Amino acid sequence: MAKPILVLAEQHRGEIADITFEMLGAARAVAGATGAPVFALLLGSDAVPLTARLGAADKVFLVDTPTLDAPVPSAAATALKTVQEQAQADLVFIGCTNISLGIGPILATRTGLPLVNFCRALRVEGNALVCTSQLFGGKIAADVKLPDMRGIVCLYPGAFPAEAGRGDKPPAVEKVPLLVDPPKVIFKQYLQPETGDVDITKQSVLVGVGRGIQTQDNVQLAEELAQALGGAVCASRPVIDQGWLPLSRQVGKSGLSVKPRVYLAFGISGAPEHWEGIQNSQCIIAINTDSKAPIFDGAHYGAVADALEVLPVLIEKVKARKG
Amino acid sequence: MEPVKINLFGVPGLALLWALTLIAFGVFGLRIWGLIGLLRQARYENRFDQFGRRLAHAAEHVLLQPRIFNERAIGWAHFLIFWGFVLYTACFNWSLIRGLFPFLPIPYPDEVKLVALFLEIFAVLVLAALAVAVARRLFFPPPYLHLSLDANIILGLIGLLMLSTLFGSAFRLVGEGGHSSLWTPFGTLLAGVFPGMAPNAARAWATTMWWLHMVGVLAFLVYLPYSKHLHLLASPFNVFFSQAATRPVGDLTVSGAKDDLTEGASKWQELTWKQLLNGFSCAECGRCDRACPATASGHPLQPQQIIQKIKDHMVRTGLRRTDKSAPKLVGEVVTEKEAWACLTCLSCMEQCPVWNEHVPVIVMFRRHLVSQGRVERTIQEVLGNLQRYGNSFGKSDRMRAKWTQGLPFKVKDARKEPVDVLWFTGDYAAYDPRMLEITQTTAKLFAQAGLDFGILYEAERNTGNDVRRVGEEGLFELLRDKNLDAISKVQWKNGNRVIVTTDPHSYNALKNEYGLANEGIGVKHYTELLDELISLGKLALKKKLTGKVTYHDPCYLGRYNGVYEPPRKVIAALGLELVEMPRNRAISYCCGAGGGRIWMEDTPDVKERPAENRIREAARLNGVQTLVVACPKDIAMFRDAVKTTGLEGKIVVKDIAELVAEAIEVAPVQVSG
Amino acid sequence: MNLYVLLKMVPDTVEELNVAADGKSLDTEFLRFKVSDPDEHALEQALILKEKHGGTVTVVALEAPEVDEVLFTALAKGADRALKITTDQTRLGAFAAAQVYAAFFKAGPGQITPETLILAGSQAIDDLEGELAAYLAETLGLPYLGVVCNVARANGKLIVLKEFAGGLRGQFEIGLPAVLGVQSAEKPPRYVPVAKVRAVMKSAKIETVEVGVSEPAVRLQLERLYKPEVAGRAQMLEGTPEEIAEKIVEVLAKQGIL
Repeated sequence: MAKPILVLAEQHRGEIADITFEMLGAARAVAGATGAPVFALLLGSDAVPLTARLGAADKVFLVDTPTLDAPVPSAAATALKTVQEQAQADLVFIGCTNISLGIGPILATRTGLPLVNFCRALRVEGNALVCTSQLFGGKIAADVKLPDMRGIVCLYPGAFPAEAGRGDKPPAVEKVPLLVDPPKVIFKQYLQPETGDVDITKQSVLVGVGRGIQTQDNVQLAEELAQALGGAVCASRPVIDQGWLPLSRQVGKSGLSVKPRVYLAFGISGAPEHWEGIQNSQCIIAINTDSKAPIFDGAHYGAVADALEVLPVLIEKVKARKG
Repeated sequence: MEPVKINLFGVPGLALLWALTLIAFGVFGLRIWGLIGLLRQARYENRFDQFGRRLAHAAEHVLLQPRIFNERAIGWAHFLIFWGFVLYTACFNWSLIRGLFPFLPIPYPDEVKLVALFLEIFAVLVLAALAVAVARRLFFPPPYLHLSLDANIILGLIGLLMLSTLFGSAFRLVGEGGHSSLWTPFGTLLAGVFPGMAPNAARAWATTMWWLHMVGVLAFLVYLPYSKHLHLLASPFNVFFSQAATRPVGDLTVSGAKDDLTEGASKWQELTWKQLLNGFSCAECGRCDRACPATASGHPLQPQQIIQKIKDHMVRTGLRRTDKSAPKLVGEVVTEKEAWACLTCLSCMEQCPVWNEHVPVIVMFRRHLVSQGRVERTIQEVLGNLQRYGNSFGKSDRMRAKWTQGLPFKVKDARKEPVDVLWFTGDYAAYDPRMLEITQTTAKLFAQAGLDFGILYEAERNTGNDVRRVGEEGLFELLRDKNLDAISKVQWKNGNRVIVTTDPHSYNALKNEYGLANEGIGVKHYTELLDELISLGKLALKKKLTGKVTYHDPCYLGRYNGVYEPPRKVIAALGLELVEMPRNRAISYCCGAGGGRIWMEDTPDVKERPAENRIREAARLNGVQTLVVACPKDIAMFRDAVKTTGLEGKIVVKDIAELVAEAIEVAPVQVSG
Repeated sequence: MNLYVLLKMVPDTVEELNVAADGKSLDTEFLRFKVSDPDEHALEQALILKEKHGGTVTVVALEAPEVDEVLFTALAKGADRALKITTDQTRLGAFAAAQVYAAFFKAGPGQITPETLILAGSQAIDDLEGELAAYLAETLGLPYLGVVCNVARANGKLIVLKEFAGGLRGQFEIGLPAVLGVQSAEKPPRYVPVAKVRAVMKSAKIETVEVGVSEPAVRLQLERLYKPEVAGRAQMLEGTPEEIAEKIVEVLAKQGIL
């Protein structure tokens, strides 16, 4: 029988993150081809009640040492290595997320396993696993072969269907006693983003603006359109970094994930970091001057045009429609 | 009459006059020496070349003062006061020498009939001018006129001098027996006011008037260099040394500089002496402020204040060295916001009657800020893009000629194929999606006219005109060197080498700051070229256009380079009726894009953006529905302003090339994605 | 503090990226390199720390196209030393690069002291093998944290902020020496004028360092590089801005928004 696949479940403050189900789904798909069992590893003293949600795994390992409550990469890697060795899992899935960033390389250094980052697709070729990764902001894809299905794969959020990784039946749970040395990186506290602003995750229409919007004044135009549509404005990282909109409006990695009915993207190129946050929108309409912008590969509708030319006309037409 | 033969409390008049003269000239001399000492601490700049041209320039603008008449009423008043001052200064010196050396065999000036007549006429004219000036200050002060005590004191003093002359003349007539004289008409008139006065008393009064006049002038002399009226002494030199006398002001290069000026000025000593002389010459008239679009739109910048603040700061820290609490020149005396607000549109310099040079000073401050990395985020990004890709858009340099892809013909690469004309499109015409179609249209016009032209493809760089005015001198030099290198590779077909530009900003840099004339390369704006092609019949107009249009003079084409007529001639040739905006040609109102402002954010201080103000001006014209422009940045700025002012449907913004294309029926080109 | 900033060169994505004939590398015809964005933030954070707490900033890079300019720029910004390791970066994965840097810090001029803080960019756009900072920290046995957005020093320790998601940040305390992967500095990277860089190019020197690492093991078996096939291309709305706006309105209506 093939060696097990071990998925590092990602939980944050009592919630299982979607990436966990995506990884379990991906692991199940690989297991379907190889017959390998799928194991999940859950960390932290508050994670016990969460095991039930990991039904897609054949077994859940639980390390509930309080030291692991804090999201410190080296500590997580220690637990991961222990379980990986114990379960003889040569294939490990980790989320390509801010929380898990760094765990993979640490584990790779300690185990000598190769690591593939930014993975968006997997396929089994004979005895090997071929990972497709996106590099250079999604402009180039790379196929990397992991012979004998040995390796650590960091899976990109949103690249695999989460549904395939949800299971109802409560999985077998194995507690792993483990003493993790207090890490040298000491977690102190969480700092909440300033609240009081619009919650963009709850909007049915979002007008997203990116670097192509050029100036702060033009954010006003987007704001006007959002108001006319009864939605809100959000932005990709460059716009937030400019200070044109508050942090609470950032979408993508480091920002929020949104699921509006319509997402209008103005001047957003669609780098993976942003795409990650908008991909679950029901309908994405993208306007960008660059016909080769990656956003057109994922959006439902697209137009090669200057956002600044379309916005004013669109505002007018929407207002006219609404009366 | 011998006014010095008096005895005041036992002091002989002659001794008194000597004493007063020595004190007054001593105090005056020391102050002037001190002020010149300040200028000598500044950086060197060679403004001593081309003496003849400078003298001619100074003669015109000091003696005739054409700029002062931009504001008519006060212009006349100033003109009369100036010439009155010249006459009175001459006569004062004459009178003083005669007074100090009573043995000299010459009369007093007012004893010469013709001189007396002129003195009287000018006294009255100057008094009338003073009345105008006082009334203006009291009842119709224009905006940004500095209403200082200084000004009132000086007006009072001048009045005193004039009245002492007239009354002196009257008393002298009475003292001499009351004969009327045609040589002293106003003295005669005034003498009638004192019919019963005894001749002795009248002679005493006449002497008093003489002393009053002389002491008044000596007091004036002392007061002058401590007040804004230093203007009187400094401004003729300022005009003489002005850059415009010898070379275009569109060239920011400081000639003969002995210091490295790339880091600009953080203290007054780091400005050039000519930049400091500005302050001594300023009369606080406020014309620059009234012309400044940054001031008008609510930015915290007033060009006059910049000049004044430098002067005050310099005098405070330079002459009174004990003052340790002095604030920093850049950042405190002149705030960063002020320095960044300037559009470098040249309106201030165009208006300044004493030919002050505000823009170069502001650029010196910006250079300092840039050297400290104190630059707005958006500008940083643009400068980074320009360094790396040679364009402000941050696009690949290889995409520069992408606009040519929609053309039915291939545009020559001037580095590889011989051409007559090198077309320098500039960033906006090549990269801004709003401009591509216009650029293609222009290319078609050139082709239709049989022009043998080419472009530099990816080798063209932003000329750095605005980079230089943002204060990134090193980057300007880098861009210039790269462009010059590319231009040197151009295969010219014959000796008549011409570069044509779309962008007036590039035009200015290429024409004035690249030294291309030395290479025998002429620089033309595309409106100049279109005008030529049409008048030579090379561009045959197939149909006459009708309707009224107005035209916006781009700052860097008009004020900077004096190209006012060619675009107007093109418009006329097309059959269009040109209705001028009230602010046209040299007083054209900046669109707000210059000096790198197009890359900066507007602060909340801004009430009305310059482009909005301007588009409203155009829209107010009766029957005009088209604003014709000749600058890619104007297309961007004004099309935007049409939307933000809600003037859509009332006015459209068109490039002059689009209109020409309509008249010769070049089919519009579809922009390819 | 002895601050070390590791700078990495990455392909400039403003230029179009093409795959070379071997199918395993990028076509070099139009390829240009620039310093990885987060690395610029790492440098900025280091300069800020130096300004606040004193110390020296040493920038280190491996040999790569256009890297000299980046190192000179770092010097112009305020770095005290610039070192270039002669190993070719473009052929190395993150793991191998970490081994080179580890050798540099263990035996080379970069001795780790109790005051050493190594800063690198949190992640680069071509980190196919994962993040350099994490590899290096683990190899050197030093504490590590990535996605860092602020570093301060208090009572001899570092107070570090890490970004999670949705604007949430975590505060950590880390003792020195340490390795951090910086996502963004507390302030945007500073601008350095061209004249200053040019002056530095004349006055300063980049020190080259040889690090004795036998050809680092290739860990990943790269099958091929290619332009991603477009899976679901958007339905394109064509026309003038006016027409496009009209079509968007129709879509909005169809989605029940209007």
